[in-house]
Amino acid sequence: MIFMTRVFAALALFLGATTVQATSPEPAAPLPGDSVYQLDAVLTDQRGHEFKLADLRGRPVLIAMFYTSCKYVCPLIVDAMVRVERALGDAEKKDMHFVLVSFDADHDTPQTLAEIATQRHLDASRWTLTRTDAASVRKLAAVLGVQYRATTDGGFNHSSIVSLLDQRGRIVARSTRMNEADAELLQAVRRVLAAPVSAQR
Amino acid sequence: MRGAALFLVAWTLALPASTGAAEYARIAGGSFASVLPPDGKSAPAQVAPFRLRTLPVTNGEFLAFARTHPQWRRDGIASIFADGQYLAHWTGALQLGDGQRQQPATHVSWFAAAAFCESEQARLPSWYEFEFAAAADATRADARGDPAWRERILDWYARPSTAALPDVGNGTANVYGIRDMHGLVWEWVSDYASLMVSGDNRDQGDPDLLKFCGAGALSTQDRENYAVLMRIALLSSLKAADTTANLGFRCAKDDIQD
Repeated sequence: MIFMTRVFAALALFLGATTVQATSPEPAAPLPGDSVYQLDAVLTDQRGHEFKLADLRGRPVLIAMFYTSCKYVCPLIVDAMVRVERALGDAEKKDMHFVLVSFDADHDTPQTLAEIATQRHLDASRWTLTRTDAASVRKLAAVLGVQYRATTDGGFNHSSIVSLLDQRGRIVARSTRMNEADAELLQAVRRVLAAPVSAQR
Repeated sequence: MRGAALFLVAWTLALPASTGAAEYARIAGGSFASVLPPDGKSAPAQVAPFRLRTLPVTNGEFLAFARTHPQWRRDGIASIFADGQYLAHWTGALQLGDGQRQQPATHVSWFAAAAFCESEQARLPSWYEFEFAAAADATRADARGDPAWRERILDWYARPSTAALPDVGNGTANVYGIRDMHGLVWEWVSDYASLMVSGDNRDQGDPDLLKFCGAGALSTQDRENYAVLMRIALLSSLKAADTTANLGFRCAKDDIQD
């Protein structure tokens, strides 16, 4: 009898403990099947901080691929993203995340990434410049539809695409216009920022 | 004691039918006249030593993988990783149709193929690795100059694809001991997406030229090798989530010098 009471007491404690856990922040809803964040990849940013691709979830993201020793086209990619940033209001800007991922797994480091961030005066509170391993570069390029090829001199030829991901990582818009403002992209960004909270989790 | 014996028997029976590791052949690589020269003109490709599976991955092997990797099951896969025809030829999510076990696994996307290779500590071969290994026949490392060899390969491709796929391993082994590089299924490579991207570093400068060189990228030497041109055309047309009834894969590994 006493034994059973002890068992019940232990059980009650255990259940109580799990109930307490259940009232802490609810787990996020499962990712949509077409979310880019289905991809397991570990990125390292310009501060040397490592994080999972899926950790980008929660804010809309403008994402593009580049590499730091790229002299011609990559600055234009950054320009295209900066153009969107500048067109947004302060409150809108706060909710956006601008992410760059390097093709150059061998040579791009937090230091080279930080140099670009400094050169271009990119606000660290919303710009994250990253590098990842070569296999993840290939997979991320595949989900974003970016094509690239290493050249014989250590650089890369690549398509230039800026992709807009919603708060759950689904691609909702893409732009290949690097030389001029892309009004459709900006509209898409505003639409995603304005989406109701329930659609965002 | 009897309980332990019964447990052992039950455990043994539960083991998957094929626990043997896949066979890989070593290929020394070297300088190679590719149809897609690295500089877009005539530079040879440099292929580092590597190992390549002697056979394409089979449905049976892919089934064993899907069993232990539920996120790659037909009923579990994220839509970003495969189209609606993923493993469509199986009779169930973990169920092969009759006779499929030893056939090459098809209806697999690039993502799924890459994941399978990772599960055996391997990767997809690069285009250059595949092209290098595929240039060989039973007696020569490079049979591409032989018109009779090229004809034979084209004959295989002329066969209608509605016929049932043969089992892997029935083709003649090439000098490396590798089979079925031609005429069984097309195969994924790691860099299928960039075959038509210029390899010339001078093309970096103009953003409008970032689209592809087309025929200019193909070496004049091998324009007669229609089989390889078909392969390039097919692979270049694919997206990573695509699956087809005639597209399978095999895996490669870096070569560890003993």
